[in-house]
Amino acid sequence: MTTAANLPTAAVNVRHAKSILDLQKIRRDFPILARDVRGKKLVYLDNAATSQKPQVVIDAIVRYYEQENANIHRGVHFLSELATSKHDQARQSVQNFINAAHVRELIFVRGATEAINLVAQTYGRKHVGPDDEVLISAMEHHSNIVPWQILCDEKGARLRVAPINEAGELRLDEFEKLIGPRTRIIAVPHVSNALGTVNPLGKIVELAHARKIPVIVDGAQAAPHMRIDVQALGCDFYAFSSHKMFGPMGIGVLYGKTELLEAMPPYQGGGDMISSVTFEKTIYNKLPFKFEAGTPDVAGAIGLGAAVEYLTAIGMDKIAEHEHELLAYATDKVSAIPGVRLIGTAKEKASVLSFVMEGIHPHDIGTILDQEGIAIRTGHHCAQPVMQCFGIPATARASFALYNTKEEVDALAAGILKVQEVFS
Amino acid sequence: MGDLRDLYQEVILEHSKAPRNYRELSDASRVEGFNPLCGDHFTVFIKLENDTVQDVAFQGSGCAISKASASMMTQAIKGKSKAEAEKLFSTFHKLVTEGGANGDQADLGKLAVFSGVSEFPVRVKCATLAWHTMKAALEGKQEPVSTE
Repeated sequence: MTTAANLPTAAVNVRHAKSILDLQKIRRDFPILARDVRGKKLVYLDNAATSQKPQVVIDAIVRYYEQENANIHRGVHFLSELATSKHDQARQSVQNFINAAHVRELIFVRGATEAINLVAQTYGRKHVGPDDEVLISAMEHHSNIVPWQILCDEKGARLRVAPINEAGELRLDEFEKLIGPRTRIIAVPHVSNALGTVNPLGKIVELAHARKIPVIVDGAQAAPHMRIDVQALGCDFYAFSSHKMFGPMGIGVLYGKTELLEAMPPYQGGGDMISSVTFEKTIYNKLPFKFEAGTPDVAGAIGLGAAVEYLTAIGMDKIAEHEHELLAYATDKVSAIPGVRLIGTAKEKASVLSFVMEGIHPHDIGTILDQEGIAIRTGHHCAQPVMQCFGIPATARASFALYNTKEEVDALAAGILKVQEVFS
Repeated sequence: MGDLRDLYQEVILEHSKAPRNYRELSDASRVEGFNPLCGDHFTVFIKLENDTVQDVAFQGSGCAISKASASMMTQAIKGKSKAEAEKLFSTFHKLVTEGGANGDQADLGKLAVFSGVSEFPVRVKCATLAWHTMKAALEGKQEPVSTE
């Protein structure tokens, strides 16, 4: 069998123009990128599933447990004060990262999924009633579908779904038509995880706010790739996950506007979310603590803080520029291979290259690429309705991050040729 | 580490491209099988007469491993008794999970080409989806089978 190294497009010796980022330095920041898998150099292109972690994040977590660990908000002792202050600093770092107006508008949760569930179970249960409507799009991840289905089932409300076009773009005209007098919530992704489409949030927020409907944005696939300014976007809620943006797993953020958060009932009850408790009455704590019952993931918050400081130091605009160039290069390279079809060809895209191959199932593509050390995702990407839109059961998805290189895209292209060779 | 050619043997590729008994059977019992993680989805049709598999067929979509396995399964169990078909599944299951070195292989015939699957643990579900579905059909079940 021919090895990838013998194929004409093999990457190793091709020299590419320099990226706007110092990729050699950045790659050294991520220890896992130096490892081999299956005897090959790791080519990690599964960033939309989860990203790798830089040493500064790993160190921050280790330092916390080695030197700083204590419970927060309740101790009078040195370590408790230190841990509390580190936790507060992490929240401030995140505030700066998305340019929120107030630090109280950032609630630490387990991830984007929990953030959306929080809004559905608090704001949603209060404001959505029988025959009301929740409007989402056809390109949602399951995490921005199921919480709304649960809410609608409970309340006798209706879930409306705005369609997408063949390129995988939201059909804004249809979207606008679906906003009606009973629409109570609009929930959309900033970037589609299965297609890479970047949604026109400015326009969506404008349409929604003209009718006084709040917009919740699933930002899980946007936060690692572009500058997020929640005040400029104008959205009411913004949800994202630490692990997709180079921070640890198990923590994420819900941003919400103060006036909305103040008026919402709490999500979970317990310690930390209260000001005072008697058996007759409990007075809830102020924001953001009202929504953070129980001992939080302090190490996770500190790790996320380190991740956003790392990203800020590099610069999100530079990261976006690098990834844009990489995606354009990958799009040209992969779509030029006969028998390969891209799924998701929106004008505005970020970081995701989903594709199918004639006569070859994505699962087989994934296994063969894995033998070359190339990690991609195959399947429905927790977006089964998107697959139904395109009439396919699954796709192969390569997804990029700041540390990926054109050489890695070349390796992907060579891997795809190898897949065809195995199946020839 | 598994070699790709151990997994994607010629016979497997050939069956995945041109699956046998790929059709609907009317007046047969039918059960659907899903692998929710990768979206594989097959329907297996079985006609039993006096506890013997009179006819068996399948339809659906899935990866090369799942499709070839379904195709070769239909060839292997046609004409067998219910008990023989179930025993064959148990031998096949052992083959794809433990590999080909454990004896018992004589009964498998051509199905032995799936021994490479044992080197690729995430693909065991692909190789056994149609078989789990077939077993449910033999047991007279009607609800869909899921590998999760």
